[in-house]
Amino acid sequence: MAKGKMKKKSMRVDMTAMCDVSFLLLTFFVLTSTAKLPEPLPVDTPNSTVQTKLPESNLATVTIGEGKVFFGVLGKEDRKATLEKMGERYNMTFSEEEKQAFSYLEGIGSPMNELKGFLSLPADVRTKQSAAQKGIPTDSLDNQLKDWVQCARIVAKEKNSLVLNVAIKGDAEEAYPQVKKVMDILQEQRVNKFFLVTGLRNEDF
Amino acid sequence: MAELNTGGDDKGKKVRSKKQNSGVDLTAMVDLAFLLITFFMLTTSMNKPQSMNLAMPDKSEEVPQEEKIKVDENRTLTVLIGGDNKMKWFMGMPTTPLEGPTESTYGKEGIRKILLNKNKEAKAYSQDVEKGLIVIIKASENATYNNLIDILDEMAIANIGTYAIVDITPEEVEMLGEN
Repeated sequence: MAKGKMKKKSMRVDMTAMCDVSFLLLTFFVLTSTAKLPEPLPVDTPNSTVQTKLPESNLATVTIGEGKVFFGVLGKEDRKATLEKMGERYNMTFSEEEKQAFSYLEGIGSPMNELKGFLSLPADVRTKQSAAQKGIPTDSLDNQLKDWVQCARIVAKEKNSLVLNVAIKGDAEEAYPQVKKVMDILQEQRVNKFFLVTGLRNEDF
Repeated sequence: MAELNTGGDDKGKKVRSKKQNSGVDLTAMVDLAFLLITFFMLTTSMNKPQSMNLAMPDKSEEVPQEEKIKVDENRTLTVLIGGDNKMKWFMGMPTTPLEGPTESTYGKEGIRKILLNKNKEAKAYSQDVEKGLIVIIKASENATYNNLIDILDEMAIANIGTYAIVDITPEEVEMLGEN
């Protein structure tokens, strides 16, 4: 009888401390990880062996795919401020709801005259139709991309007194002239340093 | 670990059941917690996208022709990128190339060997480790963004310090055989 009891006791390990620690770690990782927002325009980035990481703040991303150009800034407050600046430039006023809706968007691809309509859509419809937007005009006559980049840079300079980093996220199959056009627009504003977003290629390449 | 209470059958029933209730079995909970930790740990580090830094020459101010930096044609290699993943390279000036134009391919067996070789030769020529090969990248209208990234990646692999992306000229488009 006594022997049997001893055996049963040693079978059981006290898990309380382990459970505490693991849940503490779990909470930490849940809180530090950022939820991945849906991409405005899904693109298939080309691969490279270079392993530098993108900056995590103070970044504007120009997405190029399917012949369209999308633009986005990181940070909710910066997004709102950029939209206000753009509104001033195009004589448009945005309501608080529209600004709120805009601040949740990773990127935008509508010309200014269609932006209000896009922002007034319900959130779920907006996510679905995101890739169907026309893209930001980049023609020399109606160069809205230039204004977007300029506004974002002014916001970064005035609010955070930082020089904005610009990343280009292009689709692998995108034609070179389209990418060149975006680079030229950026270079006109003396943005001579870009981050080209790439995927990971295996070592053996 | 997991103990089943199959109902008492002997005399020490009261004492035993009391002891078992004192501890809750946490094994499953810990399992779950660790599974979630692993998931969050892996997703947070994988989320960050990679990027490639690219610095373009400033072209806002027009530099007078005489003050433009002269580059040695013996150290200059031009890579022409065309459509259908085609590529050609030559040394020196486009009008009087020292070598080439030769067709090449992307990857290990193609342009990389040439770049590594030429970089070595250029260093030997200039007698200076700092002054290696200068690569000029010119992409035609038919090239894709993927081609551009591939060639920039080759620059990083072959450790080429000086390279630039320049607009293609009509003569060079002809050299590629595209019109």
